[in-house]
Amino acid sequence: MSQNHAEVHDNHQGGHDSHGAAHGSLRGYVTGFLLSVVLTAIPFWLVMNDVLANSTLTAIVIMLFAAVQIVVHMVYFLHMSGRSEGGWTMMALIFTIIIVAIALTGSLWVMFHLNANMMPDLHKM
Amino acid sequence: MTSYPDWWKLIFGRFTLEAIPYHEPILIATFAAVLLGGLALVALISRFKLWGYLWHEWFTSVDHKKIGIMYMILGVIMLLRGFADALMMRGQQAIAFAGNEGYLPPHHYDQIFTAHGVIMIFFVAMPFVTGLMNYVVPLQIGARDVAFPFLNNFSFWMTVGGAVLVMASLFIGEFAKVGWLAYPPLSGAAYSPGVGMDYYLWALQIAGIGTTLSGVNLIATIVKMRAPGMDLMKMPIFTWTSLCTNVLIVATFPILAATLALLTLDRYVGTNFFTNDLGGNPMMYVNLIWIWGHPEVYILILPLFGVYSEVASTFCGKRLFGYASMVYATVVITILSYLVWLHHFFTMGSGASVNSFFGITTMIISIPTGAKIFNWLFTMYRGRIRFELPMMWLLAFMITFVIGGMTGVMLAVPPADFVLHNSLFLIAHFHNVIIGGVVFGVFAGIAYWFPKAFGFKLDPFWGHLSFWFWVIGFYVAFMPLYILGLMGVTRRLSRFEDPSLQIWFVIAAFGAVLIALGILCFLIQIGVSILRREQLRDTTGDPWDGRTLEWSTSSPPPAYNFAFTPIAHDLDAWADMKKRGYQRPLTGYRPIHMPRNTGAGLIIAGLATICGFALIWYIWWLAALSFVSVIAAVIIHTFNYDRDFHIPADEVVQAEDARTQLLGRA
Repeated sequence: MSQNHAEVHDNHQGGHDSHGAAHGSLRGYVTGFLLSVVLTAIPFWLVMNDVLANSTLTAIVIMLFAAVQIVVHMVYFLHMSGRSEGGWTMMALIFTIIIVAIALTGSLWVMFHLNANMMPDLHKM
Repeated sequence: MTSYPDWWKLIFGRFTLEAIPYHEPILIATFAAVLLGGLALVALISRFKLWGYLWHEWFTSVDHKKIGIMYMILGVIMLLRGFADALMMRGQQAIAFAGNEGYLPPHHYDQIFTAHGVIMIFFVAMPFVTGLMNYVVPLQIGARDVAFPFLNNFSFWMTVGGAVLVMASLFIGEFAKVGWLAYPPLSGAAYSPGVGMDYYLWALQIAGIGTTLSGVNLIATIVKMRAPGMDLMKMPIFTWTSLCTNVLIVATFPILAATLALLTLDRYVGTNFFTNDLGGNPMMYVNLIWIWGHPEVYILILPLFGVYSEVASTFCGKRLFGYASMVYATVVITILSYLVWLHHFFTMGSGASVNSFFGITTMIISIPTGAKIFNWLFTMYRGRIRFELPMMWLLAFMITFVIGGMTGVMLAVPPADFVLHNSLFLIAHFHNVIIGGVVFGVFAGIAYWFPKAFGFKLDPFWGHLSFWFWVIGFYVAFMPLYILGLMGVTRRLSRFEDPSLQIWFVIAAFGAVLIALGILCFLIQIGVSILRREQLRDTTGDPWDGRTLEWSTSSPPPAYNFAFTPIAHDLDAWADMKKRGYQRPLTGYRPIHMPRNTGAGLIIAGLATICGFALIWYIWWLAALSFVSVIAAVIIHTFNYDRDFHIPADEVVQAEDARTQLLGRA
């Protein structure tokens, strides 16, 4: 669909036919695929074989792998770089990160205080 | 209640004949009126053989202008419904004193205040705002349509689908009785077992999809399709505020969708995200819903700030004062609107540190907003002000909104909020900013762009009458609520004990009647304008001596908007073109490539609405069937390659020659 309409508007926009985003190469997709597989396999291995005795530590490590996974997807599958779409993609990404960070840290902060102040201590009741 | 056999439950889910509220005289009378009105409308449309016209020219249209107009019509229709709820509440509260129970039983009253809030925000304010943006933004940036025209049509019909579900709840079952944001645990399965809450959830989910997609669409349009030469700091201010609004929509509506989805899971499959048991936490819902909810109020007001800015510079005949500061103020508000959500629940108990942080961020937001007010004032300063209707709305807005802003800053002080929370003071405050900001702005926008959309101005007499009824009605209706709020009266009460309060409610009810007259005058204004359209005709395409590109084309604009893509050299591109003695090219027209109409949007949205209805009533077979149909319809639509066509050069020549003649006569 977008292609069709891109054509529709190209006609009068006077040829912004280049979308600005780098279209991927086979090499890029294979690299991305292999990296994702590895980054998925390691957390599975960590959990299934109880590699790290401490489960909190395991959770933190998995979160880190997830974060790296996100970056891999963005670079290799969504073709994001500082230059794509004239910088708009990067700007959108930065905005998204800010908003997500605000929502997550804010919620954690707010809920921690709400819990501490408002939830009765069930063990002492 | 009679018990129904298993086959009935298999076919109709939990729908029973008792769900039709035939024992409620108010609803039956309404239903009869709606039915008769609906039948009359259907008969008239059939009589004049308009079905084909409506289907081909409007319902399936992917033209952003027609979709914009349909959004506005949806907004007006839902305004009538939402306002009827308001009148009923004001009537109930004016009489329900000292033993008098009024005419609305509590379960009905609770549905009314919930429906009033939901409808006014999601199905009045949002369609108005989206409609204005849809109509004006492509014209202002010199584009021929939005980036994804089919998606635009689909978004509109999804919004309609949500509205249809809310309206259906009036006559089939009931609506939610939980307040417009449906806090659990009250909205959970344990305390709201009926269909009302499910109507709420699915109506908002379906309409929310439409809103999110139209946000995506308009962002892509503004980013990718501006006329050559129009860099970001030459963009008309309305387009700027629309861009920020749509960024907010895309960033926050998914939060609403996710929050409502979690509540839906709680209600349908017995999870415990927001229950009191098994580790659930209802406070988390309040937290999440306001992370969406506060940006939402800026989604509503920002485009209207844009409208006011356009109106100010046009009717003062000069460039907007402090364009750059206006842009930065808008962007700052966009970011800050994410940092204040907790001020909606200071009293929930987050403690002093959290409350003071959010209190301060809330007060900071009033700085860019205040800057805007000064920009409008300085635009007026030494301007050649024409007191046309849009300008009147701007003036009323500036006075009213400042009052609303000040009471907002009062509420931002946590200790004061502990006194005022959930009181009528709060009700007065947010009506003060929503009516004084959003509604006045919508009327300013309608009066301003109506000649563009239809080729004739709105009748000024009825417009001014509507204006005065609205403005005075607003003050009469809501100033008493400030007073009552300061006396400690809380919101959402259906009856009162203290007779000394009654007089204030009577005054407020009188104010509501004045506003009703304002709405009536607005409708009459539309009718009178249509009748007098020849006297009010605008042949120039630029009736207000406008400054932005939408005024450079004809009124109403041709389907292709601009025969030649305009080139922007300056902010206020059209004013600049006029100053430099721009001559409209009269030859050299070429065929114009346009998107083709499609019924797919209406069909998919219709199926989604049926799916929502089936889920509400636990009609599982229908839900599964319609859900599969939605997926199938979407896939089939992707194979429709017949999506575009060319308007032949001859037709363009005809349309443009007709305009040349019209301009010659003027």
